[in-house]
Amino acid sequence: MFSQPAPELSPLVSDEVRKTTCYMCACRCGINVHLKGGKVSYIEGNRDHPVNKGVLCAKGSAGIMQHLSPARLRAPLKRVGPRGSGQFQEISWEEALQLATDWLRPLRDTAPQKLAFFTGRDQSQSFTGWWAQAFGTPNWAAHGGFCSVNMAAAGIYTMGGAFWEFGQPDWDRTKLFMLFGVAEDHDSNPIKMGIGRLKARGARVIGVNPVRSGYNAVADDWVGITPGTDGLFILALVHELLRAGKVDLAYLIRYTDAPFLVNATDGPEKGLFLRDAAGTPLVRDRATGQAMAWDAPGVQPDLAQGITRDGVEHLPVFRHLAARYLDPAHAPEAVAERCGIPATRIRAIAAEIARVAFDEEITIDRPWTDFRGQRHDKMTGRPVAFHAMRGLSAHSNGFQTTRALHMLQILLGSVEVPGGFRFKPPYPKPATAHPRPHGRATPGQPLDGPHLGYPQGPDDLLLDDAGTAIRIDKAFTWDNPLSAHGLMHMVISNAHAGDPYRIDTLFLYMANMAWNSSMNTTQVMEMLTDTDDNGDYVIPRIIYSDAYSSEMVAFADLVLPDTTYLERHDCISLLDRPICEAEALADSIRWPVVAPDRDVRPFQSVLLDLGHRLGLPGMVREDGTPQYADYADYMVNHQRRPGIGPLAGWREAGGSATGRGAPNSAQLDRYIENGGFFIDHIPEAAQFFKPWNAAYQDWAVARGLYDAPQPYVLHLWCEPLRRFQLAAEGHGPRQPPEHLRDRLRATMDPLPLWYPTFTDAETDPADYPLHALTQRPMAHYHSWGSQNPWLRQIHGLAPLFVAGDVWTEHGFAEGDWAVLTSPHGRITLPVARMDALNPRTVWTWNAIAKRRGAWALDPAAPEATRSSLLNHLIHELLPPRGDGLRWANSDPITGQAAWYDLRVRIEKAPAGQQVSYPAHPAQSSPVGRGPQDIALSSTD
Amino acid sequence: MTTLPASTSRKLGLVIDLDTCVGCHACVISCKGWNTEHYGAPLSDRDAYGAQPEGTFLNRVHSFEVTRKDAPPMVVHFPRSCLHCDDAPCVTVCPTGASYKRVEDGIVLVNEDACIGCGLCAWACPYGAREMDADAGVMKKCTLCVDRIYNENLPEVDREPACVRTCPAGARHFGDLGDPQSAVSQLVAERGGMDLMPEQGTAPVNKYLPPRPRDQLGAAGAQAPDLAALCDPSTDGASGFLGWLDRALERL
Repeated sequence: MFSQPAPELSPLVSDEVRKTTCYMCACRCGINVHLKGGKVSYIEGNRDHPVNKGVLCAKGSAGIMQHLSPARLRAPLKRVGPRGSGQFQEISWEEALQLATDWLRPLRDTAPQKLAFFTGRDQSQSFTGWWAQAFGTPNWAAHGGFCSVNMAAAGIYTMGGAFWEFGQPDWDRTKLFMLFGVAEDHDSNPIKMGIGRLKARGARVIGVNPVRSGYNAVADDWVGITPGTDGLFILALVHELLRAGKVDLAYLIRYTDAPFLVNATDGPEKGLFLRDAAGTPLVRDRATGQAMAWDAPGVQPDLAQGITRDGVEHLPVFRHLAARYLDPAHAPEAVAERCGIPATRIRAIAAEIARVAFDEEITIDRPWTDFRGQRHDKMTGRPVAFHAMRGLSAHSNGFQTTRALHMLQILLGSVEVPGGFRFKPPYPKPATAHPRPHGRATPGQPLDGPHLGYPQGPDDLLLDDAGTAIRIDKAFTWDNPLSAHGLMHMVISNAHAGDPYRIDTLFLYMANMAWNSSMNTTQVMEMLTDTDDNGDYVIPRIIYSDAYSSEMVAFADLVLPDTTYLERHDCISLLDRPICEAEALADSIRWPVVAPDRDVRPFQSVLLDLGHRLGLPGMVREDGTPQYADYADYMVNHQRRPGIGPLAGWREAGGSATGRGAPNSAQLDRYIENGGFFIDHIPEAAQFFKPWNAAYQDWAVARGLYDAPQPYVLHLWCEPLRRFQLAAEGHGPRQPPEHLRDRLRATMDPLPLWYPTFTDAETDPADYPLHALTQRPMAHYHSWGSQNPWLRQIHGLAPLFVAGDVWTEHGFAEGDWAVLTSPHGRITLPVARMDALNPRTVWTWNAIAKRRGAWALDPAAPEATRSSLLNHLIHELLPPRGDGLRWANSDPITGQAAWYDLRVRIEKAPAGQQVSYPAHPAQSSPVGRGPQDIALSSTD
Repeated sequence: MTTLPASTSRKLGLVIDLDTCVGCHACVISCKGWNTEHYGAPLSDRDAYGAQPEGTFLNRVHSFEVTRKDAPPMVVHFPRSCLHCDDAPCVTVCPTGASYKRVEDGIVLVNEDACIGCGLCAWACPYGAREMDADAGVMKKCTLCVDRIYNENLPEVDREPACVRTCPAGARHFGDLGDPQSAVSQLVAERGGMDLMPEQGTAPVNKYLPPRPRDQLGAAGAQAPDLAALCDPSTDGASGFLGWLDRALERL
């Protein structure tokens, strides 16, 4: 007789749970790290955490294998073989830090700009930027320039905040959600949670993406758009909405610059706002017909009529806008073919947007008072929300396309309203409230101000008296005036070319620039190893910090081994990129839930140590001892402004203060007790209309987000762009070089516009008929997952996905390989058929491919032998035009790397192809190979 | 040959929403993490950093394309794990009694102490939901986190399978499908939940919710409304857009 076994139903889960913050992407979820016998045994999401509320993605749950990776570096390394070989000797920390100090001190004393310090996905940019500013080099930025600066810059110039992780749809109220392009890697768990909630409520999701994977697979409607044409599509929607009068005029009058009067007459003032003596923009008052300050009490701003003053005509922004987008050139029929979307479909989507926005208006019975002092007895909103990230951003028309999307949101009246898009603190914050860029280097002195910022016109460019770029990446020059995040992808190329000048030391942190974090990977590897006539490296010194044996490690002269994310302190700070919600201020920490078992140190603490050794201001006490013992000490005791530090929670002794307050020595203990985060909810009356809501503005000042209320209007008309355009038209003292004049005139338009991507404009479609894209798989995005044995079993191979027509035309069969050729290079990789794809597009998973010998993988791993990077096909420069100039493959406004402009042709690889091309020789592994078999159990 | 219970008191199982699953594999890895630590032998990985890594997973996600006439192709993400069938062929085929279905809740389990690793159950399962662990030599399968759902060391809110707890999109639901009043049964009724391969006669407990209709907006053959024609006054008329704007502003 069978007797049913009785398995243990209540096993002990763990000895202890320590709550910290996940790391591997920009989500920053709360995690419960379970420990058994002092070892990490299991990781799950923290239910109390504002970001993920208990859920966790594949990568987060696989964090245990990231933490235990055999690719972890073990000790500081000094290069002993040629660059790129991966041959190192282990050295002591004292020797490593002395070496770095000996290299850096003379640079600081004589020419601080000869240090180029760039960081990757580290999320401690307010700290590394502060360090670089103290060192005095203008050459610092993080990786935003090749990530998604177009989203950040277009959002901040237009709305005073961006999608990124700085805003979110009103997931609980929106009834129509439209998602543009690849957007999986910022705020990814919140987006998945949000889509789940929308679906549970029966709200409609529209996905606009050449590839129907991930979120687009679950979209109710999928628009398989042709890459680079999103702007055309969006402006056709705007055309339709204007024709139908489906725009929120009351919203436009109250909260935007739509009524602002713009000079419409040729001359040096054309396109600028008409202002009063105090500089306040003017509107036409409908009651009196007179020009009045836009915020004058009782003014009734006109959107239709302008005024003529001294013979000069001034028309409202809205008139300029309507004239442009009502033009038949923006009609659905006019764009359908280029977008790959039938006109009837564009019309139907516009009609659905209009229906939901205006027929399903929602109101919340919640009184609020605006900055004019006017009380509103309820909050009214249009429940249409949008989101976008890299898909729009990584094109040479990405800034203006993103502006177009924000214009669409604004015309619908769906920004910062119930059901629409909502900012998260510290946003809203208009471009004028951000710093302007700084770059004046003085030997032995700190830089003259923060590196990055938001230029308002040509005066803010970082050019020397001869008009030469001050920064090595040529950020804030006429090539890309609004490069608010710098151009990390140009650093190695420019340093190698000595253009604008030569540097001495390239210092990188967590930026895999010898592989997937560079365009043109093969040539970047050559630049890093290139020597001059004396046999010296053209880039003399390279210092790199990473936790793992990545491809970039092999090219460093000195490697500073970092810890894993479970072994370190970090702050996810309001000074940087916090974890706020639309209804709450929030920040968080990482803390060492386990101690490192290797001779490694957290990079931020190492940087403070170096700062002390170099005598950098702010890092040394008067008695010569270090100002901060380590990064944890900095997190608690650093003050950026009096009372404002990296962490907002539990300030003042006893932890009584939020946002503003003296440092509290017990602050980190309070964070740990609370699960690693701090949250402070925004009062109900302040939760919407934040840029104009007096209660929100006062709350933000009390918390130290601003020092004074700063209500502002949303900008349909981007006056800073117009100032650059005026310069290109010949006005003003600071003039662009002749070769850039036409491009600036065409692209720096104060109203959103669409132009073909530079690659599309210059590439003959007969030679390169297809678009090629990459995206990260959800289980890997924004991460270093290749050394993770669980994740690499899910995505260990990156084939090229090919749609049916191309598949048939080239006679592909399963198991075949393709040769993919761009104007710049060639790769081979296996093919796979996928029909849910824009027919003119092929794509592959990004960053699965690895160099042989990296990441402690077997050199025969499929990542190394049967995968390739599209990076090999994408040059950081456009093909030469015969003018001797180096034209960046970037957005001309922000410098955003134009990854997604890539055009290719495809051929079937010769039979017998077994190995992907290019096949770089293996790098030696300073950490050996991972073990053969594993069976993870902490009870063993 | 092992006998199935004539009936079970409850039918605990999963309801998986194919309309909402984004294919992120969070459930796959959360399952791996929990179950390598709990219930029997760890879930091993062979050649973990090598050319052909192959490990044991109790839950996998597959993606399928559905091509349609006159409509864009669809992609469906399909999570696959043990369905805890009422008529589980994997149980009846087991020569040692290691595979069994619990009387109290219907969960199908493998008693690893009695498993000889013959693999017959994996052959019998039409869903491919069982995997032999190469390292331990025993059959592994979804336990419905039997060591979570009753675990008194866990807070009550966490007494659900690891895959359900972690799913970011909320596409996985756990409950008693034998109780028509349970939330999961209601969901199945509302959304037309389906058995997987009913022709196999396995009477699976787990249910799948089908994707909702896709791509209805501006579908082929549909007439798109002319928005502008509905506008009063028309923006196309003699005074055009400005006339409309003036009237609209007057009304504000």
